[in-house]
Amino acid sequence: MIELDNVAYSYGGGELLSDITLKLAPGSFHFLTGPSGAGKTTLMKLCYGALLPTAGHLRLFGSDVRAMGRDDIAMVRRRVGVVHQDVKFLDHLPLDENVALPLNVSGRQAEARGNDLAELLSWVGLTHRAEALPPELSGGERQRAALARAVIMSPDVILADEPTGNIDWEMSQRLLHLLVELNRMGKTVLIATHDLGLIRATKAHVQARVLRIANRRIQLAGADL
Amino acid sequence: MRAFDVGALGAIFKGDSQADRVVPPSGFTAKLTLFAAGAMAFLAVFALALSLASGRLAQVWGQELAQSATVRIVAPLDQRAAQTEAALKVLETTKGVASARALTDAEQEALLAPWFGPELALDSLPVPRLIEVIEEGEGLDPVGLRLRLSAEVPGAVLDDHSRWRAPLVAAASRLRMLGWLSTLLIGTAVAAMVTLAAQAALAANAQVIAVLRLVGATDDYIARAFIRRFTLRALVGAAVGTVLGMLAVILLPDAGEAGGFLTGLGFRGGDWLVPLLVPILTAAVAFAATGAAARRSLKELT
Repeated sequence: MIELDNVAYSYGGGELLSDITLKLAPGSFHFLTGPSGAGKTTLMKLCYGALLPTAGHLRLFGSDVRAMGRDDIAMVRRRVGVVHQDVKFLDHLPLDENVALPLNVSGRQAEARGNDLAELLSWVGLTHRAEALPPELSGGERQRAALARAVIMSPDVILADEPTGNIDWEMSQRLLHLLVELNRMGKTVLIATHDLGLIRATKAHVQARVLRIANRRIQLAGADL
Repeated sequence: MRAFDVGALGAIFKGDSQADRVVPPSGFTAKLTLFAAGAMAFLAVFALALSLASGRLAQVWGQELAQSATVRIVAPLDQRAAQTEAALKVLETTKGVASARALTDAEQEALLAPWFGPELALDSLPVPRLIEVIEEGEGLDPVGLRLRLSAEVPGAVLDDHSRWRAPLVAAASRLRMLGWLSTLLIGTAVAAMVTLAAQAALAANAQVIAVLRLVGATDDYIARAFIRRFTLRALVGAAVGTVLGMLAVILLPDAGEAGGFLTGLGFRGGDWLVPLLVPILTAAVAFAATGAAARRSLKELT
């Protein structure tokens, strides 16, 4: 699904990642951990084509990313749901329209008006906030809204970069529970976090692989925490 | 969006209400674009009026002066009537002459009145007698006629108006060209203005573009949202400017009987349809300019 083979990424003359070999198989659950600045976000961005590797091979859904055009990358992003810690919305649109945005940009407007959207908002507990503008939402509401937006296209892969960074423990648990639920539905999940307590708590519910980035490389790959 | 596409332009008017909403409203830029498009369209209407009026003038001057000539009889007073008679006989038998007649004393007095006053006694002055010649078909042969007149009417001088006509027609043609050039420059200015406004809007909406990219929007989708907005703004602004421009042209003083160039500035008959193209062309220019700006900006915003 997403394969990195000896991938390196350099920026501004310095190498941020090197010799990264990683395969995200369908239905797998991964944690990506490491200290701040280790390159977790960079690796995430490589996984959905926001960055291109400076060396090595990156294959997204079977295609070499270097051979892909801009539209091809856009198609990849419709199959990858992304949740960032610092989640961005279109602040002038209400929450329900923000959540439905991936459907609208994909020409599936009819689905955006259907019951699926209402069910999804209910699933993340935001039905009562459907009309709210993003700046009016709390940190936890924003993260759940981002998750709803990330999964509305029923993507194959969900990438969550520090999804619980701005929210309290209870809300973190709720969000992780949603991600575990998605994994049980067959979605591939990769969560970048430096919160080891969160990883331990999640591993009680799901078979997860923990990857650690340090010194620009993935270490302890495949090792359980 | 890769090239100017009439189908894509049609889709702009058909619209996508959701795509329209992804770009936040930008009040000041919108007003500025509307105003600039309106002002440019207003000016374009006047440039077109100038151009079309100049074209008409060139045609009228060319035709009127080309279809007439004047013969002056410059002779002593006692020979003037006889030479006038002789010249008229020559003209009667000249190919290409439809009619020829000597101006009456009253007509000549009227012509000279602006300079000498109404109480002019032509009989006592060595004023040449004028013969008005109206041509037909391909007109007369001035060289041949001059030769005949010099042989048969020594005091006759033919003026076929060519020395008047050529510079007047040339001036009118240049004015027409200047009008079209002004229209072209106005179109270019609209393109530049829309490009700058679109680039500013794209730069100001970098976060919106980032969000759209994250959720899988193609460059085409993002560009369309901006293109539609700017095209419609330019269309509405230009439509208002065109209507105001046409009203201003209507309110210009009528040519009336004193019809000169300035009073003749305007549209006649089918010419009124020409300014209606201004909003459509402005929208097309805005469509192309925004498309180019969006493609460039989106490539830079990786």
